[in-house]
Amino acid sequence: MHNSNSVVAEQFDDRIQQHEASNLGMWIFLATEIMFFGGLFTGYTIYRNLYTSGFETASHLLNAKLGAFNTAVLICSSLTMALAVHAAQTGKRKKLIAYLLSTMSLGLVFIYIKFILEWHHDYLEGLAPGLHFTYAGPHARHVELFFCFYFVMTGVHALHMIVGEGVLAVLLVMAWRGRFSTEKYNPIEMMGLYWHFVDIVWIFLFPLLYLLGARF
Amino acid sequence: MSEHIAPKRLYFFVFGSLLVLTLLTWRIAYIDLGPWNTVVALAIAVLKAGLVATFFMHLRWSGSMMRIIVCAAIFWLAIMITLTLGDILTRNVVSPSQGWQAPAAVVQTTAPSIQQH
Repeated sequence: MHNSNSVVAEQFDDRIQQHEASNLGMWIFLATEIMFFGGLFTGYTIYRNLYTSGFETASHLLNAKLGAFNTAVLICSSLTMALAVHAAQTGKRKKLIAYLLSTMSLGLVFIYIKFILEWHHDYLEGLAPGLHFTYAGPHARHVELFFCFYFVMTGVHALHMIVGEGVLAVLLVMAWRGRFSTEKYNPIEMMGLYWHFVDIVWIFLFPLLYLLGARF
Repeated sequence: MSEHIAPKRLYFFVFGSLLVLTLLTWRIAYIDLGPWNTVVALAIAVLKAGLVATFFMHLRWSGSMMRIIVCAAIFWLAIMITLTLGDILTRNVVSPSQGWQAPAAVVQTTAPSIQQH
């Protein structure tokens, strides 16, 4: 008999099939996300190839140290997310709550650094195309284009982080109410896949945006 | 198999490797290697992404269906980037504004052969 508290949903034969189905669905969603970010990466590659020195000049204006620090923050949050999945798999409710909270906090640290220490600073420096762009050094137009890419790519990435924070908050409440067990933790695992994917996107954004001009 | 519980120390090992690779790619970026800077940075990024996908995202213990999805996603991305760059990078070979013109060297060598006919 199936009811709302059943571990296996009505449409599935057993837990393994249910688990496979949710994993498959999540990975297909992530495949579409790869194409979504892939378009931006392709555009970036084309213009970087066309305006190499402009992009290198612009990249040099970014704070590579903050970028590296934020990479480390995201990697830490990926670890806590992986440990949250582990805690869910082994049925440790308190640890699950603690790891979900740490993941959320590290995500917020990342967003704080991104918005307040970086974007706000870039805006004040006159590096925000369309809003406040006063850079008049060499390759000014190409620098502006780089910053268009920078704000759109990091912006879309930050949007994914904010969505992730929202879903984490829902999962936190569910974990608090004891909705998960060693038999039923699929949402936590899917959240893990999403969060690690967002981490992977940043792993590519960091060298392409921040490290490109670091050596000049 | 798909619900394999990975040992915690594996996660910590992957985490340590990711931090070391981040430090490495950051420090290398300050050394001038010419075009190799980009190659090294991307190689390290691919390695880091591979570590995250394999262990944190449990691909190591996932079924072949999930691996096919991942391979397909990467393959489609490769199609987009390769075909787009194939177009963009070869556009200046023939300048569209001037139309096609035979290079001077070709004109000189082929002109006498036309006269012979």
